[in-house]
Amino acid sequence: MFSLLKKRHLSNATGRKRKLWQFHGGVHLPEEKHLSNGKPLRDAPLPAQLVIPLQQHIGAPARACVRVGERVLKGQLIGEPEGYISAPVHASSSGLVSAIEPRAAAHPSGLQVPCVVIETDGADQWAELPEPIMDYQAADAATLRQRIRDCGVVGMGGASFPSNVKLNPGADQPIDTLIINGVECEPYISCDDLLMRGQAADIIDGISIMLRVLGAKQCLVGIEDNKPEAILAMQQAVVLAATGKVIGRPRAGETGSNQISAKQIVKGQARNAFAERIQVVKIPTLYPSGGEKQLIKILTGKEVPSHGIPAQVGIVCQNVGTAKAVADAVLRGQPLIERLVTVSGRGVAHPCNSRVRVGSLASGLIAASGGYRGALAKLVIGGPMMGFRVDSDALPVTKATNCILALTPEESPDSGEPLACIRCGRCAEVCPANLLPQQMYWHARAKNLDKTQDYNLFDCIECGCCAHVCPSHIPLVQYYRYAKTESWAREREKRASEHARERHEAREARIERLERERQSMLRRKKEAIAPKSKAPKAAASTSTGAANDQGDPKKTAIEAARKRAAEKKAAAAKVVASTSEAAPKSAASQASGSAPASAPVFADEDQH
Amino acid sequence: MPGGFLSSPHSARVNRVDQVMLQVCLALVPGTLALVWYFGWGILINMALATVFAVSAEALVMVLRGRPILPAISDYSAVVTALLFALTVPPTLPWWMTLLGMLFAIVIVKQLYGGIGYNPFNPAMAGYVFLLISYPVELTSWLPPDIPELLQTQDLVTLSFVESARLIFTGIMPPGITWDAITAATPLDEMRTLLDQDQVISEIRQSPLWGDFGGRGWEWVGNWFLVGGLFLLWRRIITWHIPVSFLGGLLIMAGLFWFLDPQTHPHPAFHLFSGGAILGAFFIATDPVSACTTRRGQLIYGACIGALVFVIRTWGGYPDAVAFSVLLLNIAAPMIDQYTQPRVFGQARRRA
Repeated sequence: MFSLLKKRHLSNATGRKRKLWQFHGGVHLPEEKHLSNGKPLRDAPLPAQLVIPLQQHIGAPARACVRVGERVLKGQLIGEPEGYISAPVHASSSGLVSAIEPRAAAHPSGLQVPCVVIETDGADQWAELPEPIMDYQAADAATLRQRIRDCGVVGMGGASFPSNVKLNPGADQPIDTLIINGVECEPYISCDDLLMRGQAADIIDGISIMLRVLGAKQCLVGIEDNKPEAILAMQQAVVLAATGKVIGRPRAGETGSNQISAKQIVKGQARNAFAERIQVVKIPTLYPSGGEKQLIKILTGKEVPSHGIPAQVGIVCQNVGTAKAVADAVLRGQPLIERLVTVSGRGVAHPCNSRVRVGSLASGLIAASGGYRGALAKLVIGGPMMGFRVDSDALPVTKATNCILALTPEESPDSGEPLACIRCGRCAEVCPANLLPQQMYWHARAKNLDKTQDYNLFDCIECGCCAHVCPSHIPLVQYYRYAKTESWAREREKRASEHARERHEAREARIERLERERQSMLRRKKEAIAPKSKAPKAAASTSTGAANDQGDPKKTAIEAARKRAAEKKAAAAKVVASTSEAAPKSAASQASGSAPASAPVFADEDQH
Repeated sequence: MPGGFLSSPHSARVNRVDQVMLQVCLALVPGTLALVWYFGWGILINMALATVFAVSAEALVMVLRGRPILPAISDYSAVVTALLFALTVPPTLPWWMTLLGMLFAIVIVKQLYGGIGYNPFNPAMAGYVFLLISYPVELTSWLPPDIPELLQTQDLVTLSFVESARLIFTGIMPPGITWDAITAATPLDEMRTLLDQDQVISEIRQSPLWGDFGGRGWEWVGNWFLVGGLFLLWRRIITWHIPVSFLGGLLIMAGLFWFLDPQTHPHPAFHLFSGGAILGAFFIATDPVSACTTRRGQLIYGACIGALVFVIRTWGGYPDAVAFSVLLLNIAAPMIDQYTQPRVFGQARRRA
């Protein structure tokens, strides 16, 4: 029975029997991974200066919590998160803070972002780290999430969304499956490959922690079949963690970490429970299988709804690098201050992967890879399909930087002047979102933004397949980005004008209401006064009747009129006094409903 | 909008318009050779003439539009138009008709609408139809296939290269030869005429004009164009949708009527291997600019063309119908596209 179970784990871990699905389209690209994936992982040299951006994640930027001139230690908090969707930033080595100022960041816009600049002292001295949470199975999910947040863990696949937020989908969205993205479908990049080969055990630990946090039933690790070493290493690590059994032939040179973790497993039997739920799935190599929605479709057949998130179909997707960072955070208390980065392309002398501190400049990494070689067409951060071109290499590596590419003119030739679209439809053939790129292009070009949205512009993931195959060399992705940005701007404008209109209408309504209230108050006062003034009149008429007997009716009539006028005056004065007094007072005494309604309107006006 | 080099992807582009067009030209080679084999040098002369006229017309319009000439003519789209046109017109067509046809196709149908990518109609077919309506006699005077046995029984002769050239350029026939001696009805024409004379298929098929499916010679031209079409499919220049639905639509219609009355309706294979069916299905209806672009739309588009080809061949006023059918469906293509958008990833159903 036990052996049967074990066997199930083996086949489970190797994922042989698993059914796979396909997404529409996709392209086979020259992989170019051999440039970097055959060389051993290196530690990048400690740079003399670290430029650590305070915004390396989606959400609000962190707020600097150190001062210029202050000495910081490795792993010390230097930027505090602002709000829920934000992430802290830590110093990646010890040294002196020399500046906190905007610097050019690795961002497609080339915008400057606030950075903490640290002159490293070479001591690389660790700060006091939070206590490791070794028994994470017993730990509370909220505690684990807090630790993941405190350690600044964000998605390391590129989007850099704060992981703790992603790991907290809420009670209304129960998570069935955790998907770990080890696909790495972009050409050239091999850092996830090397991470899986070398630190599979850590990744399994991180997955186990995330399974604990999410309460998910299973975890599927998707890896493209062009990374057999990584698949084997991950399968070995899963089986090792689940059963303590070593499968397959240990790979020369890469076995170190696995053997170490085997010893750890023998010590802490507790972690086996989660590893049983992990399955490593080999998927066919096809770009863009590593897209979150595409990978979910491949592994589960489920489609994340358009404009939706994976949690809506009971799935959370994380990158292998994130899993490693989660393990570091929980089991070692280490914040996310370093990552693996591929430096590749035929424009560098020795392409390789290295362990790089966040804040290291790309220029230093390229120098460590032997510097530039030959003619350089462009420098790209990220992969050739979705990465962005930068003009300078004086840019810091962030938590999301997976690759720095120096491409030669042969690798990235100038595509020339675009020709007219001949509607050949190849773009539609390869589109992984099953869009009609040629139609969207047509409307984007005509600035017909509503039409682009009719053709589901916002389902475009900007993978670049369409532009890659376009025989007319039209920069399609650029048109879609343009149309999206314009649509957002228009949406903002619309919202602003709508807001202005609402405010205007509210103001009109308020003025009208106040006027109405004043009128009704006047009427009420009048009504209240009318019987009073009648009574004295009656009294007066009786008295005048009596006086009449005495004679001179004219005089008494005048007297009565005078009296009435005086009374009216007094009443008017009273009304003015009551309205000019604080509104709540009158409201409280009269119409209790009107005051709460009027107050927010005033407040609203004050705000803007 | 800034230049294209700024945005991703940074990869080398794998396709180019001129390469696509050149591969189409390459795919036309087997069918062209077969046509030349059976119908003489006139085909090649027409192809050369049409190419020169089409490229010149394109260059002329570029000059008039004040645009660079080289990019426009170096995409070879005008060449493809010219070749397709020349393959559909009779090998004896006077040179000035080719000129007229090409001017109409390139200047009016293609460039007046904005040039490549913007023309709603297939230029080659529009040029052909323009001539067919204007000069019906010249456009339907085909030569007999060069099969000695056939020529002897019908008392026909073929033209040499020089004779063909002289006929095309000067209109002078070789001495002692009349039009009747060099022209013969196409199988589609023959079938129509005889059916109109109330003959039944079994009688009609007695003639040595007929091969296994269609007319002798003609059916082999169809086969060789099919080879070229398969090459295009293999090279992924076209997808299977339009050719298969085109031929499917034609076969279903022809099969239905043949099944109902095999004596007055020819076998479906006759329709398939006669006239321009194969050329139309693989080379003409698949012109991306004027065809549907959605997959489901292409199936509808192709099937409608196929069905229309049968309808016009059987009940219409012209022996063949590929050009008319393609042009009619060209107009319908944008609407078909509109209603056949694919289901986008993550959307349960297409929004109305």
